[in-house]
Amino acid sequence: MEFISQPWPWYVAGPLIAFIMLSLLLSGKRFGLSSNLRSMCSIMGAGKHCEFFDFNWKAQSWNLIFAVGLIAGGFIANQWMGADGVNISQQTIAELENMGVINPGQSMVPSELFSWDNLLTIKGLIAVILGGFLVGFGARYAGGCTSGHAISGLSDLQLPSLIAVIGFFIGGLAITYFVTPFLLNL
Amino acid sequence: MKFIKFLFFGILFGITLTKAEVISWYRIYEMFRFQSFHMYGVIGSAVVLGIIIIQIIKRKQIKSIEGNPITIEPKEKSVVRYLVGGIIFGFGWALTGACPGPLFTLVGNGVSVMLVAIASATLGTYVYGILKNHLPH
Repeated sequence: MEFISQPWPWYVAGPLIAFIMLSLLLSGKRFGLSSNLRSMCSIMGAGKHCEFFDFNWKAQSWNLIFAVGLIAGGFIANQWMGADGVNISQQTIAELENMGVINPGQSMVPSELFSWDNLLTIKGLIAVILGGFLVGFGARYAGGCTSGHAISGLSDLQLPSLIAVIGFFIGGLAITYFVTPFLLNL
Repeated sequence: MKFIKFLFFGILFGITLTKAEVISWYRIYEMFRFQSFHMYGVIGSAVVLGIIIIQIIKRKQIKSIEGNPITIEPKEKSVVRYLVGGIIFGFGWALTGACPGPLFTLVGNGVSVMLVAIASATLGTYVYGILKNHLPH
């Protein structure tokens, strides 16, 4: 039982993710979480005035159930499997402390950026609202997110997915090196 | 009832993302700073196994449980949409420290402010849909 309460190493998590992709393929489905955001637009009626959302989202409802499972899985792990704190490197801790983050890695996310109290500060607006917006916009523009491109697409050796993943990294590196240090000090 | 298994797969995925700390902003920061192998190991081992799985499916022509051939539709050829869209997604990934899967799982972990990020991501998807025909693809 000790294993359950410890953080899981990469060589456990990676194969489990591959297993989940395989399970979806064998069920006749494709692994891709960002498609749910398009379904949600369609459910709210966006298909009435925009062709892109005029599709049969009910055929994708399995994916919404999958997303509900993601929420439930997070709850289960958090409540009963000892998920607390993050095992980041000493170098990362020291670096973030220098940038003013209090107790880096003691919780899943820094509350300076992600909490209801800080949502309407400049930091919160940029991290939560702008960040979320760019995730949704970029994922659909690129035709997929981490699960669709980095896991499924690369597994199928698709060149477009490799280009998208290179894009993910260009964007992610630019923010992490040039924006995050300033964001944390705002 | 046919949806129960997708709920189960989702729960397994949510537990995995939480226990391996993939949902943590700190892990994403650390990954983009190249300060740990962890995230590269998670994604890399999933992809290596995924390549093997898909090669076996193709060569043995394995069918889904409904009896249909498993095909992964090739993505349309383009560079601009994948590169530009990918970069924009990368901006968001590094800011929120979460891609769409982890956004949901963080809510389950009690980081309920991520509901706002999900709403914002849905709005981003909507704005893309509206602007789609005016963007280079």
